[in-house]
Amino acid sequence: MADVAMHPALTGPRGAKPRRLLSPRNIVLYGTLIVVCMYYILPLWVMIMTSLKGMPEVRLGNIFAPPVEITFQPWVKAWSEACTGLNCDGLSRGFWNSVVITVPSVVVSILIASINGYALVNWRFRGSEVFFTILIFGSFIPYQVMLYPIVIGLREIGLYGSLWGLVIVHTIFGMPILTLLFRNYFSSVPEELFKAARVDGAGFWGIYFQIMLPMSLPIFVVALILQVTGIWNDFLFGVVFTKPELYPMTVQLNNIVNSVQGVKEYNVNMAATLLTGLVPLIVYFVSGKLFVRGIAAGAVKG
Amino acid sequence: MGNSIEVKDLTLNFGSVSVLKNLNIDVQEGEFVVLLGPSGCGKSTLLNCLAGLLDISDGQIWIKGKNVTWAEPSERGIGMVFQSYALYPQMTVRGNLSFGLKNAKVPQAEIDKRIARAAEILQIQPLLDRKPAALSGGQRQRVAIGRALVRDVDVFLFDEPLSNLDAKLRSELRVEIKRLHNALGNTMVYVTHDQIEALTLADRIAVMKGGVIQQLAAPLEIYNRPSNLFVAGFLGSPSMNFLKGKTVDGGRAFQFGSTKIDLAGYEGGAVLERDQAILGVRPEHITVSTSPVSGPSMPAEVEIDEHLGADSLLWLKAEGTNMSVRVPVEGRLPPGTKVHLGLDIPKASLFDAKTEQRI
Repeated sequence: MADVAMHPALTGPRGAKPRRLLSPRNIVLYGTLIVVCMYYILPLWVMIMTSLKGMPEVRLGNIFAPPVEITFQPWVKAWSEACTGLNCDGLSRGFWNSVVITVPSVVVSILIASINGYALVNWRFRGSEVFFTILIFGSFIPYQVMLYPIVIGLREIGLYGSLWGLVIVHTIFGMPILTLLFRNYFSSVPEELFKAARVDGAGFWGIYFQIMLPMSLPIFVVALILQVTGIWNDFLFGVVFTKPELYPMTVQLNNIVNSVQGVKEYNVNMAATLLTGLVPLIVYFVSGKLFVRGIAAGAVKG
Repeated sequence: MGNSIEVKDLTLNFGSVSVLKNLNIDVQEGEFVVLLGPSGCGKSTLLNCLAGLLDISDGQIWIKGKNVTWAEPSERGIGMVFQSYALYPQMTVRGNLSFGLKNAKVPQAEIDKRIARAAEILQIQPLLDRKPAALSGGQRQRVAIGRALVRDVDVFLFDEPLSNLDAKLRSELRVEIKRLHNALGNTMVYVTHDQIEALTLADRIAVMKGGVIQQLAAPLEIYNRPSNLFVAGFLGSPSMNFLKGKTVDGGRAFQFGSTKIDLAGYEGGAVLERDQAILGVRPEHITVSTSPVSGPSMPAEVEIDEHLGADSLLWLKAEGTNMSVRVPVEGRLPPGTKVHLGLDIPKASLFDAKTEQRI
């Protein structure tokens, strides 16, 4: 002890500052996080549990309780047997319709929008700023205003009521936001890179495919997610521009869940809803990391 | 030797803003010309016009006796090196070097040969299969130079190639660029705002300001005989001392406050009597003495002395004007010392204060 008294410097605090686990700050922080998590998880929990129960068990009304007897029958029924109108082949028909709508819409809109963005940044032409402004203005016009004119337009070119008509509509409506996204991303690519490629003799397409495309994977993933989820979840255009045999999955889900005849089969409804939400969910989970990187990269410059 | 680059009456307007004004410059074959000026003076813009990356509003550009005014960058016979290196990040060094050649449909055997030669000259053989992200700044700039080299062109354009490097690397690569120029004998046009780079590299320097070439001459000529006030003030660190006064005695002397300075030996035009003139003397062309000196001189008082290692700078006040003088280390004097400054008139510059032109 005498030694320590002689060296007061040794008795004071030293090293890393201790951190208390149950500090007020931590309690508030983690408490809030847990409450918010519960808020989002509970509905999902109810849906999954209900979809795995048989009807007698559903009628007991214990919506939070796990199933006593697990059955996958509601899932099978939702997928292949549930009736909407005259068709009794379940959601599978809507699923394939949605696939046929989503894939070409996503591919075509991303392709055109990325070329738009690239041209607007690197190949400025007379009136390119005006063109861009008009395009962006398009994203502020409510869809409802456009519905009837588009119906007439599609009818005139003979595509009303077909999947291809819907593909065209989705491609056009995705254009403003996607072009903005790509334009912002490409304007963050150093201009000197583009100049160097021109000195190296690459043209419009050469620079796009060989220089710009390989550099912009993250923003393509962002566009992919935005478009897949947006188009997959679309209800309004699907119900307006197609006919019952061609309804996308969302419209069919609505028709199954909201059918007024017979008993309400909550377990089938829950299974159908989960099935419909599965595609966007999978897309998110698979590409989540790239999504965050791309959003961060595309958002910076205006 | 003929002209490698001829720029005739080049004008460039962005909307109503005139960026380059009626610019003329001839660059001889094998010459190293540096475009020097403060930011916004149009030097990089001029280089981009030469490269064909900007469409000009009026005038002509000739490279190697061909009118390339409307030609694409790749058709002009130029190679370009950028400040940010501008290497294609997804390609290896080899891919970067061969990109332009593949676009020009050069046969693979020839591509390999040219890459091998460029890699040997720039000593980047071990880096050929790496991506740019795995290279240091100096290595990246070597690769960027290599990309111009493999194009086998007569004219190299450099757009501030060393500005992104640290001081040590910058001086190393500067020497290397000079060596490259000596070895290859290409015409080189080099943009910089760094006067050391300009003075050391150039055969001729074009000092630019406001889209106009102020003076185009050999480095020492520009340094010793600047054609106007701007050029005089821009080159040299610390910059030239400017003494505001008038010329008297039929142009044989300069009246600075109460001091009369004899102009005998001044090299320039007819001085005449002007009631507004500026005498410019570089800090190293002034001697400091505590006792009166013979020849043109003036009294002053030391305010601050700074030691720079190799020599010292004295900051003085003479007739109410701040001046700097470069002196040897042993010539340092404490602040407050009254001194006499001896001026080297043959090396001084005299300007008309109204036109700002050299007399």
